[in-house]
Amino acid sequence: MATAAYPTRRGFFTRPRSTTGKWSWFFTVDHKKIGIMYCVTAFIFFIVGGLEALAIRSQLAQPNGEILNAEVYNQFFTMHGLTMIFLVVMPMGVGLMNYLVPLLIGARDVAFPRLNAFSYWVFLFGGIFLYSSFFLGGAPDGGWFGYAPLNETLPGHGMTFYALGLQILGVASLAGAVNFIITIINMRAPGMTLLRMPVFVWMTLVTAFLLLFAMPIIAVALFELMFDRAFQATFFDPTQGGDPLLWQHLFWLFGHPEVYIMILPAMGIVSDVLPTFSGKPIFGYNAIVFAGAAIGFMGWGVWAHHMFTTGLGPVANSAFALSTMFIAVPTGVKIFNWIGTMWGGSLRFTTPMLFSIGFIAMFIIGGLSGVTHSIAPHDAQQQDTYYVVAHFHYVLFGGAIFGLFSGFYYWWPKAFGKLLSEKLGKVHFWLMFLGFNLTFGPFHVLGLNGMPRRIYTYVEGMGWDFMNLLSTIGAFVIALSALVFIANVVITRRRGEEAGADPWDARTLEWSTTSPPPEYNFEEIPIVRHRDDFWHRKYIETPEGEPARVLAGGAVATHEHEAGHGIHMPSPSYFPIVAATGLPLLGYGVIYFNSTGKALLVLGALVTMMGLFGWVLEPGAEERV
Amino acid sequence: MSHAVDSRESEEQDHHPQPGQYIKVAIILAVVTALEVAIYYVDALRDVLVPLLLAFAVIKFIMVALWFMHLRFDSRMFRRFFVTGIVLALVVFGIVLWIFFTHLGGPAPTAA
Amino acid sequence: MSTHEVASAPVAEHHTSTGLDNTKLAMWAFLGSECLFFGSFITTYLLYRNRVLDGPTPHEIYDIPFTSVSSFILLMSSLTMVLALAAIQRGDHKTMRVWLACTALLGMAFIGGQVYEFTTFVEEGLKISTSVFGSSFFVLTGFHGAHVTVGIFMLLALVGMSMSGRLGDRHEGARKVELIGLYWHFVDIVWIVIFTVIYLIPTN
Ligand code: HEM
Ligand SMILES: [Cu+2]
Repeated sequence: MATAAYPTRRGFFTRPRSTTGKWSWFFTVDHKKIGIMYCVTAFIFFIVGGLEALAIRSQLAQPNGEILNAEVYNQFFTMHGLTMIFLVVMPMGVGLMNYLVPLLIGARDVAFPRLNAFSYWVFLFGGIFLYSSFFLGGAPDGGWFGYAPLNETLPGHGMTFYALGLQILGVASLAGAVNFIITIINMRAPGMTLLRMPVFVWMTLVTAFLLLFAMPIIAVALFELMFDRAFQATFFDPTQGGDPLLWQHLFWLFGHPEVYIMILPAMGIVSDVLPTFSGKPIFGYNAIVFAGAAIGFMGWGVWAHHMFTTGLGPVANSAFALSTMFIAVPTGVKIFNWIGTMWGGSLRFTTPMLFSIGFIAMFIIGGLSGVTHSIAPHDAQQQDTYYVVAHFHYVLFGGAIFGLFSGFYYWWPKAFGKLLSEKLGKVHFWLMFLGFNLTFGPFHVLGLNGMPRRIYTYVEGMGWDFMNLLSTIGAFVIALSALVFIANVVITRRRGEEAGADPWDARTLEWSTTSPPPEYNFEEIPIVRHRDDFWHRKYIETPEGEPARVLAGGAVATHEHEAGHGIHMPSPSYFPIVAATGLPLLGYGVIYFNSTGKALLVLGALVTMMGLFGWVLEPGAEERV
Repeated sequence: MSHAVDSRESEEQDHHPQPGQYIKVAIILAVVTALEVAIYYVDALRDVLVPLLLAFAVIKFIMVALWFMHLRFDSRMFRRFFVTGIVLALVVFGIVLWIFFTHLGGPAPTAA
Repeated sequence: MSTHEVASAPVAEHHTSTGLDNTKLAMWAFLGSECLFFGSFITTYLLYRNRVLDGPTPHEIYDIPFTSVSSFILLMSSLTMVLALAAIQRGDHKTMRVWLACTALLGMAFIGGQVYEFTTFVEEGLKISTSVFGSSFFVLTGFHGAHVTVGIFMLLALVGMSMSGRLGDRHEGARKVELIGLYWHFVDIVWIVIFTVIYLIPTN
């Protein structure tokens, strides 16, 4: 882009310049900083959501619990679900994508760095917006899927916050999706063909496409809900001819792709961790990539398996049961690939490896209970019981969260230059593994014994007491494991082992640069000749087919004296955060649609427009002075 | 997407049509719109009205996409994004409406 | 896929893996997403169009001749849009500005028509709260109108940038105009569908 024609000073602002220091985080467009901000923010929400879960479990530990009343209980389980899905698993995945995708494909940044910053701020403000509801008359309390017509009959502003908060978060997701699609398609280093990309990049691409096509559907459902709640429309009001099932269709058309949006990044992480610690390339690369794409594709044809009990009719029920069973096939392919990768490898049971193996084991259990739901008559018994709760915790916690922790332990040294303690890491893993199974294993039994979802208390004598107590104990074990993780981070920040560029003897490009990488990632854009290119720079194959180390191969070239000279990086910018600020203002404006609200609407629109105009008028990168 | 890299595609980019062609396309669009409105008022066509209208709409849609949005001349990659969205929407929403209209006894509890 | 393809691909001024422009690709991705957005609203409308309670039916309320004219206006704004693009591709900034301004004006005429239509409907007894038909009609066409409005702002921004010399050279300018043009044509295409499916296809 020709930048010479633009003045450096525009209007009243001078562009922020510094790329270090506290303030640089607010205006940064560096994908690595944004990635870290995503992960840290999501981790804080993880703690908040976890505390809500502890409160829920304490309430249910014994019959006739009196810790939470019904109203607060409803708010807590709803906010717990929304938090874990939209403020934890999704943004943690996005955080890792942010940090890693450019490094993995040999790029210096994402395609649209400012849009990337915008996504982060919108996500943060959306999360804060959603949580502010607790102080403004009560949080959403209609469940994470907010079924109609309850979603409009519930009093207070809670479900309006739901409609608007998720809408704002959706903007962040959509912008992120576009950004990652274009980055992966268009920003690859020379020689990085699509079929040489690390599996994590592939899974990011599939996830981004799912977001691209799923977010607009939930956006419409949420807009309709918003118009019902705030502007007298009657979309989902059965007394006015509205159809509650329309909400369910729109919600699950988004909702099922959404579950893959949450699990695919974790699958990608595991597919990159396992080869490193098995000393082998991924088994069946093409199959695993294809299976990922197939899951993304088939994920569009199963939404009504969440609606088996709504009376879709025998034809639709059978068709959706079948499609749901079929989707287990590509899922199974992946599991075989992971096992094949470990098979006969020289395994190193490091913490990231343990989390990856934990992921596989737990995900198999969750996948199998998923298949039992797919049998429609079977599901009629399970629907709305704790059995379903067991299923989605095995795939989401045992799956996604374990995968994400695997990624944290694996890439931590890359991002911060220091290794996390292996000893504490293993304590973390085993505590979490134990606590997880103790918490959610009993749910299977409870569900099959008829305990319904979303009850705030139960009487004794139902045969549910013991399992509930076990589960609550498990929940506290999980909390303990999270504390161990935090301790690990705090301790190793101060006296952790220096990581060096390539502490794991890994295979992919991010390990070929320093830890942490410089702002521009690579001194020279790598030229890629192989899949797992970095490995091939380090090892050649002996005639016996054994890998042999190349002397000095893969060494990181750092010419300290001229590092980064002449590399032109995108400049920091005020405008992403400005543009993002307008959205929550718009949200409050709708919620308080009186004269103050209308003023907020105007203000929000102006702020966002100002941000966008400033954004368009400044170049992506300033000319160097 | 495996054809991501295809140098031929990008070279074609600059062969945009001339204003004359644009105007011709616009005239066709105008005529088709006039036809749409006209047949709406012809009673004799009642039975075939819906298919005819849909066909006309598709023609207009495709002409705008191919000529004004240059999909005819541009890289196939752009077309793929768009067509994926359209086909996905048609399929999933087709199924949703099919479920509503076949099983739940039609759409109109309060039809006038 | 083999290596040499990639190494040889990038075209002179694009430094991208496919040789395609990032922003244009992003715009198409966004438009793909928008298909699902409008698809959801149209689905809602199709499900609800006969559910009118005591309110007016689609047939009673629609003014086909009026809407035909405003549809025609929007359709022609697509022509002026491409003419603006053709002008800047020739390097003719002034003609481009004229056509862009025409496009924006046609867009405003369309929006004016919509405002008139909405007010008349409300007077005739169809409000957003009247029936689910009312809800789905107003929200669907309202969101389309919002898209047109955003488009008008972008067109005016282009004109402003061109006048203050910020649009860039002929090549860069054409890139920007084409981008906004894609959005504009898409909004037009959506109206083509809405005009047929919502207005023309009879209900009973
Ligand atoms: C083998 C693959 C899978 C199959 C066959 C499957 C099947 C199902 C079915 C049929 C249901 C509906 C149960 C009911 O409500 O009665 C369900 C619920 C659910 N599934 Fe899965 N699933 C699979 C994988 C996953 C994955 C990977 C995730 C997330 C990472 C996931 C998350 C969920 C969630 C969150 C729900 C509950 C939604 C709710 O009612 O709140 N599933 N699954
Ligand atoms: Cu599902």
